[in-house]
Amino acid sequence: MASTPHVVVVGGGSTGCGIVRDLATRGVDATLVEKGNLTHGTTGRMHGLLHSGGRYAVSDRKSARECIEENMVVRDIAAHCVEETGGLFVKRPEDSEEYFREKLEGCRACDIPVEVIDGAEARRREPYLARDVEKAITVPDAAVDPFRLCVANAADAIEHGARVATHAEVTDVLVEDGAVVGVEVEHGDGPGKRSDHGPEGESRPAPGETETIRADHVINAAGAWSGEIGAMAGVDVAVRPSKGVMTVMNVRQVDTVINRCKPKGDADIVVPHETACILGTTDEEVDDPEDYPEEEWEVDRVIDELAELVPPLADARTLRSFWGVRPLYEPPGTGTDDPTDITRDYFLLDHDERDDLPGLTTVVGGKLTTYRLMAESITDHVCEKFGVDADCVTADEPLPGSEDFSVLRDYMDEFGLRSPVGRRSTQRLGSRADEVLKTDEPNPVVCTCEGVTRAEIRDAMTGENGAGADLNAVRIRTRASMGNCQGGFCAHAIAAELHPDYDEPTARAALDELYQERWKGQRHALWGEQLSQAMLSRTLHALTLSRDADPATLDDDVDFGAFDEGPENGPDDGARRDAPAGADTGGGR
Amino acid sequence: MTVESDVLVVGGGLAGATAALSAAREGASVRLVSHKDSTLRQASGLIDALGYVPPSRAAGDAGPGSDPTLDPTAGRTGALAERRPDPEGPLPNPFERVDALPDGHPYRLVGADAIRAGLALFDEVVGDLYRGGHTERNALLPTAGGTVKPTARYPASMAAGLASDDAPALIVGFESLPEYDARQLAARLRAAGVPFPVAGVEVAFPGEFRDDARVTRLAGALDRNEALGGDGTSRTGTPAREALADAVEPHLDAVGADGDGSDGKTAARVGFPAMLGDERAAAVRADLADRLGAEVFELPGGPPSIPGLRLEDRLFDALDEAGVRIETGNPVVGRELDEEGRIAHVLVDRKGREIPYAADAFVLATGGAVGKGIDSDREGVREPVLGCHVPHPEDRYEWFVDDAFGDQPYARFGVAADEALRPLGADGTVQYPNVRVAGATLGGADVAREKSASGVSLATGVVAGRGAAAVALDGTNGTDDAAGDTTEEHE
Repeated sequence: MASTPHVVVVGGGSTGCGIVRDLATRGVDATLVEKGNLTHGTTGRMHGLLHSGGRYAVSDRKSARECIEENMVVRDIAAHCVEETGGLFVKRPEDSEEYFREKLEGCRACDIPVEVIDGAEARRREPYLARDVEKAITVPDAAVDPFRLCVANAADAIEHGARVATHAEVTDVLVEDGAVVGVEVEHGDGPGKRSDHGPEGESRPAPGETETIRADHVINAAGAWSGEIGAMAGVDVAVRPSKGVMTVMNVRQVDTVINRCKPKGDADIVVPHETACILGTTDEEVDDPEDYPEEEWEVDRVIDELAELVPPLADARTLRSFWGVRPLYEPPGTGTDDPTDITRDYFLLDHDERDDLPGLTTVVGGKLTTYRLMAESITDHVCEKFGVDADCVTADEPLPGSEDFSVLRDYMDEFGLRSPVGRRSTQRLGSRADEVLKTDEPNPVVCTCEGVTRAEIRDAMTGENGAGADLNAVRIRTRASMGNCQGGFCAHAIAAELHPDYDEPTARAALDELYQERWKGQRHALWGEQLSQAMLSRTLHALTLSRDADPATLDDDVDFGAFDEGPENGPDDGARRDAPAGADTGGGR
Repeated sequence: MTVESDVLVVGGGLAGATAALSAAREGASVRLVSHKDSTLRQASGLIDALGYVPPSRAAGDAGPGSDPTLDPTAGRTGALAERRPDPEGPLPNPFERVDALPDGHPYRLVGADAIRAGLALFDEVVGDLYRGGHTERNALLPTAGGTVKPTARYPASMAAGLASDDAPALIVGFESLPEYDARQLAARLRAAGVPFPVAGVEVAFPGEFRDDARVTRLAGALDRNEALGGDGTSRTGTPAREALADAVEPHLDAVGADGDGSDGKTAARVGFPAMLGDERAAAVRADLADRLGAEVFELPGGPPSIPGLRLEDRLFDALDEAGVRIETGNPVVGRELDEEGRIAHVLVDRKGREIPYAADAFVLATGGAVGKGIDSDREGVREPVLGCHVPHPEDRYEWFVDDAFGDQPYARFGVAADEALRPLGADGTVQYPNVRVAGATLGGADVAREKSASGVSLATGVVAGRGAAAVALDGTNGTDDAAGDTTEEHE
């Protein structure tokens, strides 16, 4: 091939971000387009488990082996995205002894390091485990922050010359002379839908514009949406989307991933994640990955069933629930009825071989833990097609933020931050902490629940691969507004940071978007403490700040003259008149 | 040991304080018990009565399906905020549109004259700490959110901020306080069409404070006029008020310079976050105003609210003066009925001992969902102190709608009451004849969208306090006669 091929990757989930990084680091000219934020689809809607493979050790040993290998790789290359929590498969009296033994054997056969501990030891490690838990298998499960992981992959891709355009929805796949030659995308024009990063100096289409991106090859990594992309090219990709609920608790009842040791079923995992625990999940096939019912029984089931393992969950405060859609795939003709039985393996569909349509490859199935491996195999496939001879380095080169993790130290004095805030900032930023937090400007905490400072928020807006005015993208980069208050106390403060880079109407729209997004998940946690919080947030935002009835947004103009103009009808009364110096009439008298 | 009084008020917020004062003024001996800090310190300090009539299902504004922001969603996805219908308002007069509120709304129970009575009592108690009593009209005040909010009364500290005034204004923000950006806020006020030129400026709060110093710390520095700067040897530093005025003064001419269409006006008034002093707030404002040659005002905003704390202090002083005995920090944990189904006494947990507090009449003013005066779990909604009935849909997925600012059913959760504010049971009959319910514990209002929180507390506080005193003093035992007395007052 004379010149460098140009490859378009559709989908900004973990798979797409991994692929664009791999392509770029091998010197391939790559463009990633994503219709929402990075992680907008399934990646941003999972429980954050970095699998040890233990989960698949009985049913699917190939996946289990891949998981344990990639688990170790991700810990190395993305240290700042991973918390090494460890995991337990716990057995209750009614769970099968035989399955427990199979699980243990399966793990050993797949080289997953395990140990069996009795109930007392399990409760010593996790005191809230149920008293009748009999025993447990320890596994190297971990918690991973999928947002940070994707952003780091995209950032590294950009550093290596790739273009990453979010809020850029593919509206057509271009087919000429029987081959795919590119895509047509529509660039979003809402608040902050302006994130389009790549080589300096190139002109970028304006918001709302349609752009034709020609490519030598298109990779369909759209996950649950890859059927739609396939259809645009005239090929059939039979993804079977399956929904699952994740319920977020306000504290960490456990510090270890807790799995229930039984063959399969709903509601069998608790993942500690940052300040929270995430309960999962359910598994129900849906027709449309964009529009499906989010149901009460799902929330009740994960709480009630996981309370059998960790009893305090029954009455604990939940912050919100969210749903994700698994992009399950099985080759045509397999015909599995129950979505829980569909393989979690991934598939590479070469449409040239399969459908006689060159120029397009689809990658479907799989899981976040093995995202890098999937990316490597599809990048190998594309490089082979174009005769690119470059080694994959993604398993060895650390991601931005994880280059030198010795920077984890106490930033309290250096940055004038209270100790827990400094520690948490540093954990999130990894080796980028110096670069982001060293500022001469005041750096107050903007989100107090999660301890996120102005510098971090501004970096997320404007830094390399920044989120622009998309406050939900700022949120996933920083965790701002993801704590107890769900944005009630901080959403407006986060929006205030948009000045002066964005004008007032943009900031206002961006604030509404963030606030409504935060509300969406809280609806599923609307009782007890979180109902109180919802009422408090409503009181602050509607009663105090009057954001629900802002004259700037009402159809009719306000007749200011019809309202009180002061006791003396003029500007000369007020502070000075009512309080001559020395004659104090202030409060507390 | 039993603690006795004529009237026992449970709850120490605006409604409880108003009820206690009203009952005491009728001659009853009154005791007030309050468990937690009142929500006054989370409120902005504005005393609103009724600013908007929002569309609601209950008022029959829309049948099912005609307005998507009104329908319970039962777990559907998707935001509908863009299609939110405008409310009626801002209302220039808070009394005239009470009848437009849904049936069962506390204002519909007690009437507009009860709002007037509540505000009159409030005016008397707060004296010159507040403004607005000279007119029945609402005032519009700029908020820390950059909107203007209709309100019936406003702290003297906010008086110079009136949005109906055409005097040029400068809004000051402090770089270390993230609640708002003053330049963005000024732009938003212009978008609201305010009749005055306005600009914003961000300055560093003078002195060496931590980036995350609490506003109460900064307010204290102004209150004491602390000498700032230097190397901790405070005697050499500039006094805080002077230093603050010096930081703001160079920006007074900024009005008109950032695109508001006017040219080069000098600010006649300067708005600050609501943190200009605490006990000596008026002196802080006067000092700053003299140095700046401009009026000075505060912007109402979120917690921690120093104007709310100032008001709380004033209310509790008034309760002391009225002879109300106040106990804070102990929860009411139970109640006993007499043979006629009246509350005989409640049990107060004092360091683990349950002490009976008996009274002839009780006022329940424990607040709403924010302070757990109304509590809930996945199974249902309840009033935890006396066990009053709280009407609510059985399915919790009918407690909400998609739009965060829509007609949220949960926002109206509370005890249903008759016109005498006696709680109604599930069968619609009076549940406890010697109990009166006041403030956010009552259901039926959406105070956040109506901008009616303080007015509901004041109006129902007065009616509940007087009604409770009548039960205790006239021996009317909470019969319909007593209720008749109360309702006559506003008809």
